Amino acid sequence: MEHTQSFRFFNRGPSPVVRLVFFAALSLLLLFVDARFKYLESTRTVLSIVLYPLQKLASVPGSLWQSADTFFTLQGNLIRENAELRHQHEVDAVKLQELQALQAENQSLRQLLAVQQRTGYVTQMAEIVYVERDIFKRKLFLDKGSQAGVQAGQVVMDDTGIVGQITRVYPWLSEVTLITDKDHAVPVQVLRTGLRSIIFGSGDTSELALRYMPVSADLQNDDVLVTSGIDGTYPPGLPVAKVNSIERDPAYPFARVQCMPLAGVSKQRHLLILSSQAKLPERPAPVVEAAAESPKKGKRKKP
Amino acid sequence: MSGPLPHNQEFLLPASNLFIALSVLAALLLNWLPWEGIWLALRPDFVALVILYWCVYKPYRVGIGTAWAVGIFADVANASLFGQHALAYAVLAFGGIILHRRIQMLDLRQQTLQVFPVLLAAYAVFAAVHWQLHGYVAWEYFIGSVLSALLWVPLSMLLQALRRPRVESEL
Repeated sequence: MEHTQSFRFFNRGPSPVVRLVFFAALSLLLLFVDARFKYLESTRTVLSIVLYPLQKLASVPGSLWQSADTFFTLQGNLIRENAELRHQHEVDAVKLQELQALQAENQSLRQLLAVQQRTGYVTQMAEIVYVERDIFKRKLFLDKGSQAGVQAGQVVMDDTGIVGQITRVYPWLSEVTLITDKDHAVPVQVLRTGLRSIIFGSGDTSELALRYMPVSADLQNDDVLVTSGIDGTYPPGLPVAKVNSIERDPAYPFARVQCMPLAGVSKQRHLLILSSQAKLPERPAPVVEAAAESPKKGKRKKP
Repeated sequence: MSGPLPHNQEFLLPASNLFIALSVLAALLLNWLPWEGIWLALRPDFVALVILYWCVYKPYRVGIGTAWAVGIFADVANASLFGQHALAYAVLAFGGIILHRRIQMLDLRQQTLQVFPVLLAAYAVFAAVHWQLHGYVAWEYFIGSVLSALLWVPLSMLLQALRRPRVESEL
C-alpha cells in the first residue's frame, strides 16, 4: 500500500484539521442559509433531478415485494376480502343516500342563509415513492410533482383522513409533511361539540396533541376531530384525528390531550392530493370574525 | 480464518475510482431502501461505513471533501437541511483519516472498537444539528451507531474481498 510507506509532509495539500474546519464552516454556513432563508431551493431541485433515477431504483425492491405479495395472495383471502368490500359497499351506499339527502338539504339551507356554496374538491391520485428515511422527520414523497400540477400547500389525504400537506415540490416528486411532524399544525374542530382548536404533531411518536385546551373544555375520549377550514388551506370537514387520552390536572392551566391520527399512513400506498385551494369560496363575514377571535396561528410555521 | 487482515502484507488491487464510486452508490441505495418505524432506528448507516472504510484504507483518495460531497447528496435525498449530513460525514472522514494508521494495524475485532467512537461522533453531530434547529432529539437514533459499528467487520471483509485479485488473473 502506497500511503503506508512514508508520510509525506508537504505535497498532500492542507492538513486534515484545516480541511475539517473548512468543510465544517461550509456546512454550518449552508445550514444557516437553508434554515433561515430559502435561497437554496433551486439548487436542491437541480440535485434532486440528478438523484431521481437513483431514488426510483431504491424503491424497486419494495414494489417488487408488493407485486410478489399480490401475486401469491391466496384465493380464500381474495374471496373473503371481496365479501368484506361488498358489505362495506352496501353500508357506504346507504350512507351515501343519506349524504345526498343531507347535501340537498344543506344546499337549500345555505341558499336560505345566502351563504356561498361549498365547492367540491378536485383530487389527484399519487403513489408513495418512499416514506421518511430520517428518523427525526415525519415526511414522505409522492410520485407527482410540479409536472403534474402539484403545488406546495396542497392537502394530502387517504380514504380515512388527512395525512399531511405538500411542503416542497420537485419536477417529478413532491414532499409531504405529515400531520404528526412536530412543526405542523392543523386547525380542527371537535365534531361532537364544534369546539375549535389547533392540533399539533408531537414529533418523535405518531401521535398528535391538542395544546392550549382549557381544563374545563368539553372533550371526551374517542371524540373525532375534523378540519375547521378556517385557515383557508385545509378544506372544512375532513377527519383528522381521534382523542386518545385526556389528562386534566388542575395544577396546569391546560389539559393534556393526546390524539391518534385517523389516516393510516403506513397502510396505504396511494394517497389523494386535494387541489381545492384556488376554488375556495370567499369566507362569509361571520366566519371571518370567528377566525379573528382566536388569536392562535392557524398556519404552520414553515410556508 | 479471521478474514483478510491488511497488515499481513496481503496484496490488494489498487482501488479504482470507479470501484470507490460504485461502493458509495451501493451504500446510498441501501440507505434509501424503504426503512420504516423501528427498522429505521435500527438501520445502520451504510454510507457512513463505506466512507469510513475508504478514509481508513485510502486516506489520500477519499477525504473530507469527498465525504462532504456525498453528504450533500444525502441531504437532498433525505430532504434534510443542506449541510446536515455533510457536516456529519466530514467529521466522520476526519476521524477516519486521523485514526487510519492505528486502525490498519489492528485486527477486525479491535477495529470495531476504534470505529465505534468515530461513528458515534458523526451521529452526535447530526443529532446536535437537529437539536439546535428543532429542540428535541429522538434517542433511539443512536442505536444505529452501535449497529453500524457491528457492521464494520462484515463490510470491510466484503470490500477487502472485492479488492483481492482473482486467482485466474494472477499469472
